[in-house]
Amino acid sequence: MSSNSFPGLYLHIPFCRSKCPYCDFYSVTDLSLVTAWVAALIKEAAFYREKFDGFDTLYLGGGTPSLLTPAQLEALLAALRRYFHFTSDAEVTLEANPDDLSREKIAAYQDLGVNRLSVGIQSFNDRDLTFLGRRHTARQAVQALEGARAAGFANLSLDLMYALPGQTEKDWRETLNVALSFQPEHLSCYQLTVEAGTPLGERKTRGEFQAAGEEMEGALFLLTSEFLEDKGYFHYEVSNFAWGKKNCCRHNLKYWRHVPYLGLGPGAHSFSIVDGEDGAQGAPYIKNGVRWWNQADLEGYLKALAAGQAPVAGRETLTPEQFRLEILYLGFRTRRGVALEDLRGYGNWETALGDLEEAGLVEVVQGRAQPTRRGFLVADGLPLRFGD
Amino acid sequence: MKNIRNFSIIAHIDHGKSTLADRLIQWTMLIPERQLRDQMLDTMDIERERGITIKSNTITLPYIAQDGREYELNLIDTPGHVDFSYEVSRALASCEGVLLLVDASQGVEAQTLANLYLALEHGLTIIPVINKIDLPQADLEGVKAQMERELALDPDAAILCSAKEGLGIDQVLEAIVSRIPPPAGSPDQPLSALIFDAQYDTFRGAVIYCRVFDGVVKPGDILRLMSHPGTYKVEEVGVFRLQREPRKLLAAGNVGYIIAGVKTVRDTRIGDTITHEARPCAQAQPGFREVKPVVFASVYPVSNEDYLTLVEALEKYQLNDAALVYQKDSSAALGQGFRCGFLGLLHLEIVQERLEREFGQSLIMTVPGVQYRFVLKDGHTVMVDNPQHYPDPIHIQTTLEPFIKATIITPERFLGAVLKICLERRGVNSRFHYPAPGRVEASFEMPLAEVIIDFYDRLKTVTQGYGSFDYDLLDYRTSDLVKLDILVNSEKVDALSMIVHRCRAREWAVRVCDRLKEEIPRQQFKIAIQGALGGQIIARSTITAFRKDVTAKCYGGDVTRKRKLLEKQRAGKKRMKMVGAVEIPQSAFVAVLKTDQG
Repeated sequence: MSSNSFPGLYLHIPFCRSKCPYCDFYSVTDLSLVTAWVAALIKEAAFYREKFDGFDTLYLGGGTPSLLTPAQLEALLAALRRYFHFTSDAEVTLEANPDDLSREKIAAYQDLGVNRLSVGIQSFNDRDLTFLGRRHTARQAVQALEGARAAGFANLSLDLMYALPGQTEKDWRETLNVALSFQPEHLSCYQLTVEAGTPLGERKTRGEFQAAGEEMEGALFLLTSEFLEDKGYFHYEVSNFAWGKKNCCRHNLKYWRHVPYLGLGPGAHSFSIVDGEDGAQGAPYIKNGVRWWNQADLEGYLKALAAGQAPVAGRETLTPEQFRLEILYLGFRTRRGVALEDLRGYGNWETALGDLEEAGLVEVVQGRAQPTRRGFLVADGLPLRFGD
Repeated sequence: MKNIRNFSIIAHIDHGKSTLADRLIQWTMLIPERQLRDQMLDTMDIERERGITIKSNTITLPYIAQDGREYELNLIDTPGHVDFSYEVSRALASCEGVLLLVDASQGVEAQTLANLYLALEHGLTIIPVINKIDLPQADLEGVKAQMERELALDPDAAILCSAKEGLGIDQVLEAIVSRIPPPAGSPDQPLSALIFDAQYDTFRGAVIYCRVFDGVVKPGDILRLMSHPGTYKVEEVGVFRLQREPRKLLAAGNVGYIIAGVKTVRDTRIGDTITHEARPCAQAQPGFREVKPVVFASVYPVSNEDYLTLVEALEKYQLNDAALVYQKDSSAALGQGFRCGFLGLLHLEIVQERLEREFGQSLIMTVPGVQYRFVLKDGHTVMVDNPQHYPDPIHIQTTLEPFIKATIITPERFLGAVLKICLERRGVNSRFHYPAPGRVEASFEMPLAEVIIDFYDRLKTVTQGYGSFDYDLLDYRTSDLVKLDILVNSEKVDALSMIVHRCRAREWAVRVCDRLKEEIPRQQFKIAIQGALGGQIIARSTITAFRKDVTAKCYGGDVTRKRKLLEKQRAGKKRMKMVGAVEIPQSAFVAVLKTDQG
């Protein structure tokens, strides 16, 4: 995670062969619009040619980016490379589903410059995969990873899910062990979050399954962290683990550190820092954080671009107070924590910090308040301890 | 003067006092039905909502009687609650007679009796009126029998009416004229007028409600109040119709108002006597006393930033309610606030509600208490109404607390339950009186502290609404008092401390610990709640830490969504109070006071 001064570029690929019942990201299952989407995205990128000139990360997320044929991906990347400069060591991540990863596809992605694969494994247990409505089996998951390694992918990330109904600590440990057998450079371990409005959320409301419950979730979280750190992984964000600091996801770090990023595609979010005047006469220029987001609707997105308009649905300029709150909440999600000078503005910062240290939730290391393992568990509440 | 009648209506709560007043106003002033509001004299929202009268009010009704003569009937409406018994007594002192109203379906109740005694004390003519005779459950014979046996009134003299249906109103009006004597006194004597209430007018200052006994008062006169320094020049006098109506003068026998550049109602003590500076009357009207608060509690703004607006609100509020006393108080847990003294629990509720409603305040009110007396080893005596000022126990010789005589009237079948709650609350020297078959009048000597929190609610529950309650302050008695502290993670929440009898301490401590456990949200660390007497822990409860609140995934760059949620939560926290590292919501302070379920 050496260079973080460049912005990152995110592409949202809003297509899936089928919707997973737990997912609340925007995607559609009608694949007939992929070509139109490719064209629209290229158009959208053109809007930002002047505003962003270089990136050191490219992240293809979704949806299911591995749905893209090598030809479609090639067309996209070629256009982006015409518009923007990418550093020579740029991290190029593609999210892939195991059932898409044929040997040919893996090789083609590699040829196109994808150097990091984030594979949506979720579990190596077929019962879990059925519950999650995934299209692949545990066997396919293993094959996909073997294929990626065989093709020479040196930066593999595995997405895993835990705290699934009926999952025991032993089951989860087994899944982790299988994952580690591939010596992944990176692991994202997400607790199942049952979101309202998803099919899984409805099934929960109907009482069709019993969620793991807070106690179990907490226990599994701590287990995961201990288990992986014992094996030498660095627990650098609530749900993310890296084999050595250099394997942290450079793109995702930008989200947590207020490094600008441009998001293209339906529902994508962007962040930028612009110089501005704070309004008072003679006041010095200040830096404003600006966030904007696209409409999360493929048809609307296509229509806007067909009409030559940017598909932006909303925009906000952060007040200093909002900026500060974000620094705390994003900072406390990461092991790096929050710089003490960012806490000093709060009237109660010393007592609040003292309380958190005493409770074993935060430790102060080299001028930064860093969440402990238990601190991660309650990271959402940490920023609210600080106030005036 | 012989055409004036000054009267009041006295009744137990809900027996129809305001409805009868409405009818009399409508009948005599010929107000069309559509202009008539219910509870004409109860002008405050809170009076209308609760169906109670808080402030005295008055109205002059013109009435042409059957003898063909025109009379001026001055109706003085009195508050209907024991908290305001002093105001009632001053209003009654301004009358020559009362309508004693009894609900035909409810019969005689505790406040009926208390009010009757009060009227008899003032030597007033009593006209018994049986109201609500239209109700199917009306029991005329039963109520008449009660009147005879329990009130020693001639049941044949009772007027039957239904204020709601407008039945018997003519008879009531005729009885006022024929049975109540005209006022005595002389316009030639030095001025002597009794203040029975005062209201604040933004433009005119205090509007003094008074009854003139002797002499004449008119604009330009220089007045003084017998128990208060200073003189005032009369700007306006008049009577109350539906609004204030200026008159050239008020003379002996009149009931009306005086505006004399008195800035606040605090300068006009209820019960004080008004006279002329130049030619004062020989002696004041009897019965004046300083109103003393009996229930105390502290109020704090929910948000410390609102302290100054609370100061302002209290000042404004007090312009119109001289009975409220307050002084600065501060709490480590709640910051700057005020210790307030109230006439009783209803008064406390009214003040709290009006401050919140009319002055837009969000308040935290602490557990109400009474004023205790401590005799110290060095011989000094100190009065303490605030647990924070509890003397160091090593210096205390004797502790005393105020006792009351509680009078409860209930159907006999509930006596067991009534006895139980009174004994639980340290009632002693019980006496029982059976005024009529099936009815008991029970009296107990009880600590005042035991009736100020949820006693009345409990009584109503155990008697299925039939029990009624009234009390008189008796004296101070030696009592084994202790100070109960509540600790949250070892930090004392001073606003929750209270002075209690040793035998009740554990019960209270358990209750507070349980309530707080329900109300304080789980936090990142374990919270221990303890009740302690000095260093001794007598109750405890624990709120476990939540294991986890973190969102697994951060929505691919959508930082806004979660931040907005945090902003909302942060705004909500402004209504929390920090005690050490623990956030206590306002609701927790309120919950401690709530009545037990069941």
